[in-house]
Amino acid sequence: MTEEQFSSFTLSCGLRVVVQRMTGVQSAALTLMVPAGAIFDQTGRSGTTAILAEMMTRGAGEFSARELVSALDNLGLQRSVSGGVGYVTLSGATTADRLEDAIPLAAQMVLKPHLTQEEFEPARELALQTLNALEDEPRQKLGHLLRRCSYPAPFGNPAEGTMQDLQEITLDDVIRHHHEYIRPSESVIGIAGNVDPESVRDTLESAFRSWDGKGSPAPAGSDTHPSPCHIEHDSAQTHIGLAWDTVPYPDERYFEAWAAVSLLSGGMSSRLFTEVREKRGLCYAISASINTQRDRARVFGYAGTTNDRAQETLDVTVAEVRRLHENITEDELQRCKARAKSALIMQQESTMARSGSLARDTLFLGQPRQLNDVRSQIDGLTVDQVTRFAVDHAPNNIVLVTIGPEPLNSDCLSTNAEAT
Amino acid sequence: MNFKQHTLPNGLQVIAELNPSVLSVAAGFFVRTGSRDETDAVSGVSHFLEHMAFKGNDRYSADDVNRIFDEVGANYNASTGEEVTMYYAAVLPEYLDTTMDLLSVLMQPSLGQDDFDMEKQVILEEIGMYDDHPSFTAYDNIMATHFSGHPLGQSILGTNESITELNRDQMHTYHADRYKAGNITLAVAGNTDFDSLLEIVERHCSSIPAGSCDRALPDAQPQPQVRMVSRDGSVQQHIMQMGVAPRGTDDLRFAAELLAVVVGDDSGSRLFWDLVDPGHVESADLGYNEYDGAGTWMTYLSCMPNDVEENIRRMKRVFDDVNSEGIRAEELEQAKNKVASRIVLRGERPMGRLSSLGGNWVYRGQYRSVADDLATVRAITMDDIRELLDKYPIEMITTVGVGPRDSLQDIN
Repeated sequence: MTEEQFSSFTLSCGLRVVVQRMTGVQSAALTLMVPAGAIFDQTGRSGTTAILAEMMTRGAGEFSARELVSALDNLGLQRSVSGGVGYVTLSGATTADRLEDAIPLAAQMVLKPHLTQEEFEPARELALQTLNALEDEPRQKLGHLLRRCSYPAPFGNPAEGTMQDLQEITLDDVIRHHHEYIRPSESVIGIAGNVDPESVRDTLESAFRSWDGKGSPAPAGSDTHPSPCHIEHDSAQTHIGLAWDTVPYPDERYFEAWAAVSLLSGGMSSRLFTEVREKRGLCYAISASINTQRDRARVFGYAGTTNDRAQETLDVTVAEVRRLHENITEDELQRCKARAKSALIMQQESTMARSGSLARDTLFLGQPRQLNDVRSQIDGLTVDQVTRFAVDHAPNNIVLVTIGPEPLNSDCLSTNAEAT
Repeated sequence: MNFKQHTLPNGLQVIAELNPSVLSVAAGFFVRTGSRDETDAVSGVSHFLEHMAFKGNDRYSADDVNRIFDEVGANYNASTGEEVTMYYAAVLPEYLDTTMDLLSVLMQPSLGQDDFDMEKQVILEEIGMYDDHPSFTAYDNIMATHFSGHPLGQSILGTNESITELNRDQMHTYHADRYKAGNITLAVAGNTDFDSLLEIVERHCSSIPAGSCDRALPDAQPQPQVRMVSRDGSVQQHIMQMGVAPRGTDDLRFAAELLAVVVGDDSGSRLFWDLVDPGHVESADLGYNEYDGAGTWMTYLSCMPNDVEENIRRMKRVFDDVNSEGIRAEELEQAKNKVASRIVLRGERPMGRLSSLGGNWVYRGQYRSVADDLATVRAITMDDIRELLDKYPIEMITTVGVGPRDSLQDIN
């Protein structure tokens, strides 16, 4: 893997930029992350960020909603604007020769969205429709509940808001959120593709010149929703969610944490897939992965299984999670490393994936990580290190949430507490 | 970009798009078989067999298959549709030999009884999982209704009953019939050279039995029908509708793809502005699907149960207007820009090229480069769109609803 060339600079408005020139591709992508996510929604106004993100696509600056969409479509920009938990993220990709034409439009969407009553009502209506749709997707609903039971509010709040709060939000709430939190000082834009960094810099400077101000520090955390927690649902399957503590992305032991989860659920030869699905046929979908914010992280596990086999699925899954530190083999770890290295190399074929990593690394680590550096960190992992991590971060307080016709017996969770 | 083609003595077709500037290589077997090639007695066997392929054979056990794919860091999986079952892996070029060895095992699994019994449980779980997805339930039902009595109406997953009844010998017979070399295409995209690829393929794939098989291509005769699947627990009503569109070999398919973008893309389309943007629905779109000897317009709508009739009427007004008045030149131009950008972005990665490469070969015996696709899209005219609308107006024949409603009023 050759050394990647990054150009990092800060615009006069304070927005940090990282550009990676990739000469082997025809496309280019950008990811802009602004720390203005749902954790900043006011109490009783959960969903403000979601409405704001929707409104950013509904006209900006001199462009009406139709003109904006039409201009973006004519540039072939595949895009999304999302109001997430921590960040409002705007991302887009198109052919490299057109990306610079899209930058001024993206800037208008962030800086000057049309925050009018006319656009507010349908935007809120759509946010309500999104929540309704979620009700019909038990697996997604489970994810929401798992977050609530895993992180203290507001860090576990649903980015989509709540039905009750959405009804209460006013246009003024959205305007206030935009004014206070959509600020350049802690924001980052990552750009990857076949572009000239100097030219991109000039375009960004002129597009974002009028942006100013400082964002606000993240709020303090309060209560976490209690668990075990069950939602009754007339479904064919029982959906099981598990969560336990691990270390976040900036932590020096992050790669050990990553390897530990990868042993559990990294591929079809991983422990959960082998023990729960291949040997026992208990489910079709089973997975575990790290969900990381900047300062906190959890492992989120999922299994979906028909109701009469749900208890056994839970018991077997938890037993595997508990014995993660036992008998880790060199071969097992090697497979995780091989998959990771292959994924890293393939990431270099995708400008969209790369621009997202550049932005996240810069926010979480202060600068982008060289893929070479990631590779050597992964290469350097030993069985002893990963075993120690699994012992040091043994899942003592596993959160359990379920959606299905009946709650499950959670005795398997307390057994562990006694053992430790 | 460099295209190569070769047929092995057993009839296996090998096609490759070689690109030395990418970092990986993707390979996939496209087996021309799926739910439409099943009889009622073995409904769901194509998909169940796809799972069984990963259980290996005398040379590699199920554990070996999973382990070795992970050892080479492969990004791999398989999928089953109505017409094609696909097995694929993307790897770094140095692992192509090992990967082809494993993929060839998937074509010739031993189908052991114990593995069969265990995997049957997983299939039943997968059926349960999809049963909890209203949009999937709607898709299964719209295909069964629109293509009632036609092979395309047969369910991909099968039912709890058909899977429970299925035995290993039936699967074995189906496999022997459908997994013949002449019914399989191996497509490869990315960083490799053809001579070494052929050497690898000859070594691993010559043992696939020779022979080929037929597929009946009767014309579909959809009749106007409404089918409601009642789900009391659902909050929203999910509606799918289907109409007749150009078949997979019709040159009008390119115009149909562009028209679907103009009328029903998820952003900036007619349906978007009339239904999604004002907040009437959670989702409303129109897509074009091509099949062997058939084609469909398909809509998806999700909204609150009481708003269904009004929203179906809104959609119909959009379609009626397009059918009679056509579209504007700037709408066509905008759709071309969107589609062209999608083709370029998808085409940058070997995995992205693979399905287009294999699909064009299996359906049409044709190679089309990214440049070919871009040129074709650019060349579509307003006259092409008019011809399409005259032959295949956007008219919905079949309607399926999943949700709290058990009937619909007056939607025509």
